[in-house]
Amino acid sequence: MGAHPHVGAGVLRNEDPQLLTGRAIFVDDVHLAGTLHAAFLRSDFAHGRLLSVDTSAAKRREGVIAVYTAEDLGDYWCHGPLLVPPPPIAGLTFNTATLVPLARDRVVHVGEPIAVVVAESRYIAEDALEDIVVDIEPLPVVVGLEEALAPDSPVIHEALGTNVAAHVVQQKGDYEAARGDAHTVVSRKFSYDRGVAGAIENRGILADWNARNEELTVWDTTQAPIPIRNGLAERLGLLQSQVRVVAPFLGGGFGPKMMMFYPEELLIPWISMRLERPVKWIEDRAESFFATTNERLQLHEAELAVDSEGRILGVKDVFLHDSGAYDPYGITVPINTQCTLLGPYRVPNYYSEFTAVFTNKTIVTPVRGAGRQHGVFVMERLLDFAAKELGIDRVEIRKRNFLTPDEFPHDHEILFQDSAPLVYDSGDYLPAMEKAAEMIGYRKFLDEEQPKARAEGRRLGLGIVSYVEGTGIGPYEGARVSVEPSGKVQLATGVGTQGQGHFTTFAQIVADQLGVDVTDVHVVTGDTREFSWGTGTFASRGIVVAGSACHEAAIVVRKRILSVASEALEAAEDDLELADGVVRVKGSDLSISLGELAVRANPLRGAVAAGAEPGLEATSYFGPARGTTASGVHAMIVEIDPETLEVSIQRYVVVHDCGRLVNPVIVDGQIHGGVAHGIGNAFFEELVYDDQGQLLNASFMDYLLPTATDVPHMEVAHVETPSPLNPLGVKGVGEAGAIPVGALYAQALEDALQGAVEIREIPLSPGRLFDLVQDAEADS
Amino acid sequence: MKPAPFEYRRPETVEEVIHLLAEYGDEAKLLAGGQSLIPTMNFRLAQPAMLIDLNTVEGLDGLDAGDDGSLRMGAMVRQAMAEKSALVAERVPLLAETLPYVAHAQIRNRGTIGGNLAHADPRSELPAVMLALAASVTVRGPDGERSIGARDFFAGFFETALEEGELLTEVVLPPAVEGGGQAFLEVSRRLGDYAMVGVAASVVCDGAGRCDQASIALLSVGSRPMLAERASACLVGERPSRATVVAAGHAAGNQDIDPPADMHASVAYRRRLATVLVRRALTTAFERAGCVIGEGAS
Ligand SMILES: Cc1cc2nc3c(=O)[nH]c(=O)nc-3n(C[C@H](O)[C@H](O)[C@H](O)COP(=O)(O)OP(=O)(O)OC[C@H]3O[C@@H](n4cnc5c(N)ncnc54)[C@H](O)[C@@H]3O)c2cc1C
Repeated sequence: MGAHPHVGAGVLRNEDPQLLTGRAIFVDDVHLAGTLHAAFLRSDFAHGRLLSVDTSAAKRREGVIAVYTAEDLGDYWCHGPLLVPPPPIAGLTFNTATLVPLARDRVVHVGEPIAVVVAESRYIAEDALEDIVVDIEPLPVVVGLEEALAPDSPVIHEALGTNVAAHVVQQKGDYEAARGDAHTVVSRKFSYDRGVAGAIENRGILADWNARNEELTVWDTTQAPIPIRNGLAERLGLLQSQVRVVAPFLGGGFGPKMMMFYPEELLIPWISMRLERPVKWIEDRAESFFATTNERLQLHEAELAVDSEGRILGVKDVFLHDSGAYDPYGITVPINTQCTLLGPYRVPNYYSEFTAVFTNKTIVTPVRGAGRQHGVFVMERLLDFAAKELGIDRVEIRKRNFLTPDEFPHDHEILFQDSAPLVYDSGDYLPAMEKAAEMIGYRKFLDEEQPKARAEGRRLGLGIVSYVEGTGIGPYEGARVSVEPSGKVQLATGVGTQGQGHFTTFAQIVADQLGVDVTDVHVVTGDTREFSWGTGTFASRGIVVAGSACHEAAIVVRKRILSVASEALEAAEDDLELADGVVRVKGSDLSISLGELAVRANPLRGAVAAGAEPGLEATSYFGPARGTTASGVHAMIVEIDPETLEVSIQRYVVVHDCGRLVNPVIVDGQIHGGVAHGIGNAFFEELVYDDQGQLLNASFMDYLLPTATDVPHMEVAHVETPSPLNPLGVKGVGEAGAIPVGALYAQALEDALQGAVEIREIPLSPGRLFDLVQDAEADS
Repeated sequence: MKPAPFEYRRPETVEEVIHLLAEYGDEAKLLAGGQSLIPTMNFRLAQPAMLIDLNTVEGLDGLDAGDDGSLRMGAMVRQAMAEKSALVAERVPLLAETLPYVAHAQIRNRGTIGGNLAHADPRSELPAVMLALAASVTVRGPDGERSIGARDFFAGFFETALEEGELLTEVVLPPAVEGGGQAFLEVSRRLGDYAMVGVAASVVCDGAGRCDQASIALLSVGSRPMLAERASACLVGERPSRATVVAAGHAAGNQDIDPPADMHASVAYRRRLATVLVRRALTTAFERAGCVIGEGAS
């Protein structure tokens, strides 16, 4: 076998025939006879005392089977788990408020579920919602971050006595001393807002309690089927073996489908057990804006201290983070911001302090990028302003501060979201920057194209920014590889999947070890019956952690194949080669197929040798001590209409480094999707809340996702700096494309507007740019 | 997002529709392409007890050329059909130019001309086109048929001159005039979105190159589409020049309109857009009218 013929090749995706012909099964495609349908009554108020819920009329409606409120849940009502406890950071304050299945006494955000109706159809269930009479006494609402911390602010969680969800300081070196030595200090305020994940498929759950077998099957749009199975078994008093959670194909997840538990996830199985009928709930788009977690605003006050050459002496950043109404995900998002801000740069002194704040809004949990965007924006903007002040070219100031290959592993001396020290495993940032500058034609643009366009009255601008992304964190994933008598290979893993191409990339890794075609490796994921251990698909970790487990398991199976084949072919293992689904004695016609070997390894007569296991099968686990660090540079050229402030992207270049590429086509696809998300964040999407905590644009009419006509063609190139932390040398890529786009827009638009405005906020829009330009003109 | 219960009828003639409307009064809603009505029902913002489907009604989907050069379009003509029609392109180029801005191809396949006008969304493109071209709509009700000019038809925010019990059956677009030229422009957040501001301009120049008529209809600037009268006044009787179109733009943006602010555009931004779009649309319209825009002082 040659060295890895499949890994590194842009092979077609195993899952595409199913997906493209509409045969792939999503949760709402599962139809069980006798299914009941649930609809949730949700709070219209952002904050209030829940005085009473009268469901009697709803219960009388024809076709309604049951209506439940918090009171009906008995012992099943309790606060959910703290999904991600904060890392052990000295001096950290962390106040937990985890969500409840149905509101009792108090509602703390619009859309919080109050009651659930179960009926013969979703239509009837929704009709019955209108029959329910809810009495809520409105309380003053906490919307703004600064206001939430004011001494006279209403408090959302009375038991905590404060709206502070967390307060964290992490530092390295001595920033104040560094500031004293600085030639220049730039300090600014920034605001960076984000929005929904916008998965094309909303959430959905179908639960089926089989009373005869005493088995519960739950189809769930989750990125984490195994933790959901484990949690449900515990809460429902069942054995894990009695609960099967299936996450079939997902129409995107991007983070919010990684929650545990959503109220609906906890209630639908419970209801199915009580009614002994299948119960389905499919979230609609209107609910998703309130009921599915999203990301939002951070307010930063930051400064950068540099020497006269633009070398970074230190960074200080103090920020507020919107946690929403509860914080089940701990401090994952803001700590990502804190850690990612450092970027590819050498930052000898760092002071970072954040306060996470409860507000009467939907819960904030990671969405593709998960707080990294905010940090990258702050750092890249500070560098741009410093460059301007010192008269240094913006590419040059970045180059001067890049960590060099001999500085890895690089310890930033603070803790990352996974509680491990923030240590970059490997990286080589200069070549990526040079390549991106070359691809976008940086010098030619500045020297010729831009001045020429300006002379014609056209406003062109260029942006070029860089970032790193912590990816591939633990704790672990596993994989089981088995060769079947048909010669086909079954590969099961517990990682879950959300559309990233796992059915192909994992197959490629295994195919290389076993000498089979990629299409002969059948990947099963997202079904707890097929594989019982694992965490989920999040934090750009699938290929790193589950991929490495697949690799390890395949190596063990390969050894077993060779040992069985060596006996069958009466040849030394060293003389054997695996290719095309057979084991062959090198240089001869003598061979045996993997299928035959599988039969031999599982004989009906004779004995499996003592100490050996039957079959050609192995299970392996991979748990990295810490994450891998991917990186990239994005560059773009925009044109802005000087009168209407409409923006069009003329070119978009990405140079990315996620270590070894398993499948370049899939990697490019991840980047394309990420950039589209980033463009949405930078220029289209915004959750607009009023001062009563009401979301004013809870539909795709006014919440603007970028469409095909808004996302440009992307020119993507790669640098491959392998990770030393896993056998494949891979790093994560799922979130990468989305991360630097806000910073990129800001720089490019500022450039196009010839410095008429300084951009310190995201999202932007033509209307917002107009207002900024007007304000700047009024000021000057 | 499921509608409240409703009853449903599929009449086959306009007379039956009128009977049903009379019977159910304001409990009833007409269903055309459903592209605006169905979402409203799914959000339960509209809860009609009776839905009267126009899709099975005969005689509402004609696209006919009048001998005088006019164009008559049945209410149920799909937006996509009008968009692709050679007759529309020839007789009412402004409509053909505008239709691609109305929503997305999939929506135009179902959405109708009549439904769009009857819905009277102030952000809608077609009402503005009707205003600019001085079109009229034909409506029928228990008392027979009447014709209403576009100026009177769009009465307010989602409000028309349709009386209870009436339906819109047809739109009549007047014949093109010698020396006429039109143009449509809008700025929206994304292709297919309702515009933040849009303008449909129609001008007529006389043989001497003077502007005889100028109808400048704006959308998304208030509770209904409107004609920018002060802007027209800058042009009529004048020889079109850079200066006059600039002045018309300013008049439109700063005097004619009193635009609202929303999450996508502030008042000042809408004024800016109207100013710029009116100037640009007029420039194109005059060019198309065969009228050379002089430099003039600006
Ligand atoms: C995503 C999206 C984007 C859109 N973007 C735009 C856009 O940019 N610009 C734009 O102009 N429109 C836009 N629309 C609206 C679209 O053009 C609709 O099709 C149109 O407004 C209504 O036409 P319809 O035939 O679908 O009418 P329906 O939705 O069936 O009816 C609309 C209303 O008109 C009434 N009605 C219908 N026909 C008659 C009749 N003959 N007589 C009396 N009353 C009648 C109905 O009772 C109802 O109240 C968009 C729609 C969607 C879903």
